[in-house]
Amino acid sequence: MADVKMINLTIEGRPVSVPEGTSILEAAKTAGILIPHYCYHPGLPVAGVCRMCLVEVEKAPKLVPSCASAVAEGQVVRVHAERALEARQGVLEFLLINHPLDCPICDQSGECELQDYTFQEGRADSRYRDPKRFNPVEDFGGDVLYVPNRCILCTRCVRFMDDVAHDTVLNVSERGDRALIGKFEGKDLTHAWAGNVVDLCPVGALLSKDFLNKSRAWELDRTASICPSCTQGCNTMLEVREGTVTRIKPRPNEDVNKFFMCDHGRLNYRWINRTDRAENPHVRTDGRLRSIDWDVAVHAAASLLRDSRAFVLASPFLSNEALHLLSRVMRRNGGAGAFRVAVGEEAPLAGVEDLSLRRDRAANVHGAELFGFKRSDRPLEGLRDGDVLVVADDDLDGIGAEEIARASHLIVIGTILPATAHEAGVLLPITNFAEEEGTFTNLRGRVQRFLQAKPAPGSARPSWLVLGDLLGALGEQDSFYLPSDVFESIAKSHSAFSGLSYETLGLRGLPVLGEAGSPGPVAADGLGAGAGGARP
Amino acid sequence: MSRPLVGGLESPDLASHDTPAHEREPHVPVFMGAVRQELDEIVARYPSKMAALLPALWIVQRERGWVSEDSMAEVAVALALTPAYVKGVVTFYTMYHQHPVTKYFIQVCTTSPCGICGAEDVVKALLRHTRAGELGVPSPDDRFTVIEVECLGACGFATPIMINDEFIESVTAQSVPEILARLA
Amino acid sequence: MGYPHPSHPRETPILSRHFGEPEARTLHGWRGRGGYQALEKALGMAQGDIVNIVKDSGLRGRGGAGFPTGMKWSFMKPGDGKPHYLCCNADESEPGTFKDREIMRWTPHALVEGCAIAAYAMGAETTYIYIRGEFTEPLVWMDRAIREAYDAGILGANAMGSGKRLDVHVHKGAGAYICGEETALMESLEGKRGNPRIKPPFPAVSGVFGMPTTINNVETLAAVPAILMQGAEWYKGMSLSNPKSTGTKLYSVCGNIKRPGTYEVVMGFPFGEFLHDVCGGGVERRKLKAVIPGGASVPIQTMAEAEATLMDYEGFVAQGSMLGSGGVIVIDENQSMVRVIARLARFFAHESCGQCTQCREGTAWMTKIVERIRDGQGTMEDLDTLLDMADNMTGTTICVLSDSCAVPVVSGIKKFRSEFEALIQGKRFYNVLTQVA
Repeated sequence: MADVKMINLTIEGRPVSVPEGTSILEAAKTAGILIPHYCYHPGLPVAGVCRMCLVEVEKAPKLVPSCASAVAEGQVVRVHAERALEARQGVLEFLLINHPLDCPICDQSGECELQDYTFQEGRADSRYRDPKRFNPVEDFGGDVLYVPNRCILCTRCVRFMDDVAHDTVLNVSERGDRALIGKFEGKDLTHAWAGNVVDLCPVGALLSKDFLNKSRAWELDRTASICPSCTQGCNTMLEVREGTVTRIKPRPNEDVNKFFMCDHGRLNYRWINRTDRAENPHVRTDGRLRSIDWDVAVHAAASLLRDSRAFVLASPFLSNEALHLLSRVMRRNGGAGAFRVAVGEEAPLAGVEDLSLRRDRAANVHGAELFGFKRSDRPLEGLRDGDVLVVADDDLDGIGAEEIARASHLIVIGTILPATAHEAGVLLPITNFAEEEGTFTNLRGRVQRFLQAKPAPGSARPSWLVLGDLLGALGEQDSFYLPSDVFESIAKSHSAFSGLSYETLGLRGLPVLGEAGSPGPVAADGLGAGAGGARP
Repeated sequence: MSRPLVGGLESPDLASHDTPAHEREPHVPVFMGAVRQELDEIVARYPSKMAALLPALWIVQRERGWVSEDSMAEVAVALALTPAYVKGVVTFYTMYHQHPVTKYFIQVCTTSPCGICGAEDVVKALLRHTRAGELGVPSPDDRFTVIEVECLGACGFATPIMINDEFIESVTAQSVPEILARLA
Repeated sequence: MGYPHPSHPRETPILSRHFGEPEARTLHGWRGRGGYQALEKALGMAQGDIVNIVKDSGLRGRGGAGFPTGMKWSFMKPGDGKPHYLCCNADESEPGTFKDREIMRWTPHALVEGCAIAAYAMGAETTYIYIRGEFTEPLVWMDRAIREAYDAGILGANAMGSGKRLDVHVHKGAGAYICGEETALMESLEGKRGNPRIKPPFPAVSGVFGMPTTINNVETLAAVPAILMQGAEWYKGMSLSNPKSTGTKLYSVCGNIKRPGTYEVVMGFPFGEFLHDVCGGGVERRKLKAVIPGGASVPIQTMAEAEATLMDYEGFVAQGSMLGSGGVIVIDENQSMVRVIARLARFFAHESCGQCTQCREGTAWMTKIVERIRDGQGTMEDLDTLLDMADNMTGTTICVLSDSCAVPVVSGIKKFRSEFEALIQGKRFYNVLTQVA
């Protein structure tokens, strides 16, 4: 840090000190001032075309575009000077003259930057008396619809596809007030990361077909999470309406996914809402699985495991907390465990270093390996005759009954009761990642927290709680009451995790030891006020 | 389709008729043999291939009379660009025809310096004598199209017109019939 | 000369001396008229010395900005290890302006020579002449002249035996006024949409292909050979009013004037005499009502202002306008100012690149309002709206096309308000001079 020259200036009367080369707009953010803007985005090259971010700089003859101007020593910047306010009001008026009165039917309503700034600084009326420009809606392919009438030509989408995705399929066509976003016939927005243009669009011009008309923005409860669909570990926001995950959006993380997530992860949320869930604990009595209460079920499972060797079929969708406790169950009588993971095509986001939809299509492959589970395409190979088979969150698709039959007993700890598990002795229903708190470890060894976004169905309980109780019933230890306590236990017993805690992880995560050096700096407020925290 | 359908400033350019891909005839490449060589020589004038884009599009228009989507795709490959990028450039400039035009494409300057010297009368005379009747619409015999354009840079010789590449100065409503008569 | 008219005795034909002479277009003919002596001389001089002569001469950019040419050249210092470029702006699209066209089709070698001298002085091996696509005739003549120059060894790897490489290429535009803006020109040259760039960085630091670049207008470059041969003092001496405006200027005179054409007079020439005497005054003795002296982007002048003007950079500013490109649009009593202004607004709306909100939406909106007023559908509030819009469109955008659209509207309302009001109040076109509705 010693080599970076710092520049001191004043913004709206507040002293600011930032590295040389920082734009006035970014400098203002450090002073807690958001200069209204559209075309600027910290993940994209600067365009400076919307002209919304104009501010007054003392001694400068004209208003200055703050996104495109670097700070200078001793500058005095006034964001809310009368000239600047007039200029921004002017921009808003110009943007609205052709903008349709679509708010009542536009998906962006409630999270629209045109609405927000107009409400904040715009005119109360329109002076436009002429017909508005009209162009029909276009299907851009992939998940994206384009509504030209609402477009403010900020060109964020074009710059994203060009500069970040390295797939120039969007252009600006025509010129002047006839300009609109275009593409070439036959070449659609099928890029694996194209859905990000919908996030980037400040207005409702680019829409997700998947989300179309599903919900109002203000009806959604937003919770920080991690994408479970591959090992990249993109930080996400789960958006839930009345207990149903309705949309997933990326959450900014400078060290993992910048501001983006891929379409596969973004659209792969329906399984989180499936209704055919295991909701109650069951124990086999008199040849049938019967619903029973938790204590009985846990003790039944414990008695099966007490004197036998266990083989655990784990899942890379389980949290570190669950896998840690599961590995203790596994090791009790010299048992073993394995997991399998679906694979798919890798799809990098070319313009960002080390960001890709990864081949391994589950979030916690690395975690599963760290806790001693072996990755295998034939995971039950290690199952010995007479072992107690514990199936933890694997749906057993493709695994035949004859393979399972080698086990003496079958305990299912999962979100569903797989079809081939009809011989199970005990069923312990657990939550999926969206219904519990925990951590995943991504492919670079970064441990990241996710929070509970929706309620669990029926009597399902968090995996870490169930496994903690199971270990308790086996006489191994006291119960855990918080997932952070489980993590503490991980940190004490696994050197890779030493020094980490939920507090230090915050909402940006940290790498395990031995990967990317030592655990990083403590997040300031424990909830992730790290760098690059701009609104996506 | 012409952009926009309603509202917005009307462009003096012709409405474009996008022919769907499956209805188009197979594209015969433009840049072959001597024409390819010509492009290569042009590319050598610049440190980047992209800079040869405008010249390449002019070659296409010279060879084919207009710039089709297939030609745009061909140029894109030749210059290591994407078709969407090429299209974005083509639609920015007014002189590239994005669909076939009639044998004689007549552009009349009507910007104010010519406007106050009778340009509107020249336009009316051309529409009448070619029988096109309407701007941007081919004449019934399919030989002429008349459009209005912005300042052609010959304001002292009002009203200048262009018939294809031929630049004709000092056109008046009276001289229109004789000018048209010279054309085959 | 007031080409196509015979030279007026009060003109000072230097750039225009050979307009209309077919022979002057060939290398042989140009040499016979003294051509390429200046280049030969320049190639034997130190680069810095050439720049100093141009600085000393007081030559200023003739495209419209009037920036001191020598100073602009000095921003691009040779010896930084990077390839330098010279771009000649031959995109001439400013309404009312047609002087560069004459230079290119009558004295193409003057431009080639000017480019070569400038390129050598700034260490640029490559010059691109960006010619608008509609200039089919100048394109032909420039191509021929350049080929002749290459064949004669004037251009090429060993320019005139100097050991220096001087390459000149023509780059044809495709219909966009905005490409006359220097940064948009560079974008277009690079094969992109003609979108102006934000400055800084400035072209002399990062121009075409990211390399140091200087962009000069055709007339500016064509003036260089004579300055080199006759000296800075000679050029400086041609200044009738303000010493900061030196040399001669080509004025493209058009509109309702008896003898439209390209005239060349010394800086500081009295505008009233220019219009009424040199250019012949109104057509069929109609009274003149207004003049736009420097192309559509400069404020409209009343005849009182015009007749009090001395024709140089400072003189036009003193009388409520600007010299600009020198495109003189003369408007007589028979014209409706509102009609003229409406068509100018439409021009700018067509030519807007569409990047900046104020320009993209404002130029079109202004056009719609002024056209409504023209068609008798306007209101008094419209005038206030136009003036407010003009304020929002001035000084807020990447380039000045937005400001340029506002200029005729603002100066029109300011100086010819009664014509607007007459149309709003339902009267037919109101003739200001005769006061007859």
